[in-house]
Amino acid sequence: MQLTNRSKVVTKKEMSFMEKLYLPAIVSGLSITIKHLFKKKATLRYPEVTREFAPVYRGMHVLKRDEQGRENCTACGLCAVACPAEAITMDAAERKKGEENLYREEKYAAKYEINMLRCIYCGLCEEACPKDAIYLTDRIVPSEYARDTFVYGKDLLVEKMDDRIDVSKRKKSYHID
Amino acid sequence: MAKVTIDGKTIEVPDGTTILQAARMIGPDVAPPTMCYYSKLKTSGGYCRTCLVEVTKGSEKDPRPMPKLVASCRTNVMDGMEVGNITSAKVIEARKGVVEFLLLNHPLDCPICDQAGECHLQDLGYEHGSAKTRTDFERRTFEKISLGDKIQLHMTRCILCYRCVKVADQITDGRVHGVMNRGDHSEISTYIENVIDNDFSGNVIDVCPVGALTDKTFRFKSRVWFTKPVNAHRDCEKCSGKVNLWYKGEEVLRVTGRKDQWGEVEEFICNTCRFDKKQTSDWTIEGPTNINRHSVISANHYQVLKKGSEFKLNDIKPIPLIEGEGA
Repeated sequence: MQLTNRSKVVTKKEMSFMEKLYLPAIVSGLSITIKHLFKKKATLRYPEVTREFAPVYRGMHVLKRDEQGRENCTACGLCAVACPAEAITMDAAERKKGEENLYREEKYAAKYEINMLRCIYCGLCEEACPKDAIYLTDRIVPSEYARDTFVYGKDLLVEKMDDRIDVSKRKKSYHID
Repeated sequence: MAKVTIDGKTIEVPDGTTILQAARMIGPDVAPPTMCYYSKLKTSGGYCRTCLVEVTKGSEKDPRPMPKLVASCRTNVMDGMEVGNITSAKVIEARKGVVEFLLLNHPLDCPICDQAGECHLQDLGYEHGSAKTRTDFERRTFEKISLGDKIQLHMTRCILCYRCVKVADQITDGRVHGVMNRGDHSEISTYIENVIDNDFSGNVIDVCPVGALTDKTFRFKSRVWFTKPVNAHRDCEKCSGKVNLWYKGEEVLRVTGRKDQWGEVEEFICNTCRFDKKQTSDWTIEGPTNINRHSVISANHYQVLKKGSEFKLNDIKPIPLIEGEGA
């Protein structure tokens, strides 16, 4: 019984003399192989060479400082409420006298944690941030053995003073008229 | 009785009712926003001009429209009056201007302010304001003023609605707090920065529509939308003891009065309930507070959906098809 119209009748044709020689087929196959030797390689010699990331790539977060090195984050909680995975938690504290060079505004995040296993790298926290504090960068979160090491605190998220992270390509370019 | 039509909706109200009260009786769709009017405080209203409405027909006897927009909190209804609120283009335009005026000196430090999320000025600016200011002048600044160890005053955020002054006048005995100076220089102050020392002084925090008066015991503890409000009560010899507790985890971060749908407290509570009773064991819990689902406070708070059997037949309405679109 025929079930579909897609069945094919297979025939075993007698090969011609040229086909029986095999040599033309071997030559044409080898020519393709040799041609590829001179083409540009599709792979990179990682880790010596790394591929350039797209400017919109969303990787590990950074908590930015301003030009004077003060933390931008004021723990307003908008990133946490925007987060669809509920990966962000924070505790706020009041800036004391003498800490004006550490924090930009009178409130700051005493604790700021992102659970990198929960995070889905959607970038909504970056979009919600009113203070230009959080950005997603082209850095990749390294793999770990234990789950609790994926909860990143301020020690890993805040950019180091001597190792500033350029986010100028990700800065919001829109403005409201 | 007077028959009044607001935004095409007619209601019959007793004589002497203000337009605002009549609009609130119809429902939240037509009620004008208020920043200074507070139904629980006598002589409040008339300062902020947020509730301006257009009276297109004065009354049945004198159908001429009123020449200017009127403050609905201070204008009584007349029989046959017709009022335009959100249906009037004039009102929308005027309200935009009012918001711009209110925000002239407002610092817009919402990311820091503890009121953010339950701030009436935020809602007002979001619904009626424009995205930009046109002023070139510096915003006025003040030194931070401490009103005792429980209440923090940020004069920069104040919009001079006088609600807290009315509370000090009417709820507490012995007024120690008022408005100093005049015009652009006016500010809320206690006499020579006296400490407010009264059992009901904490209510100024609840009536403040912005973040000018905030709870020091809650200062920077948490954002409002990370806390979970529950209704609770206790036996209190000074007040009704009916409050909202704002939980974060197991901890009571804040105690406030219960607010109705207009953002006004139902009953004023005393300072003992507000500041000193922050243990779950002090209270009898009644259940979670119902928060409007459009409020940011309800974000990430999950509710159990109704079961299919609990739906009434009338609740389910067919979705109207938009004309011109295929089914």
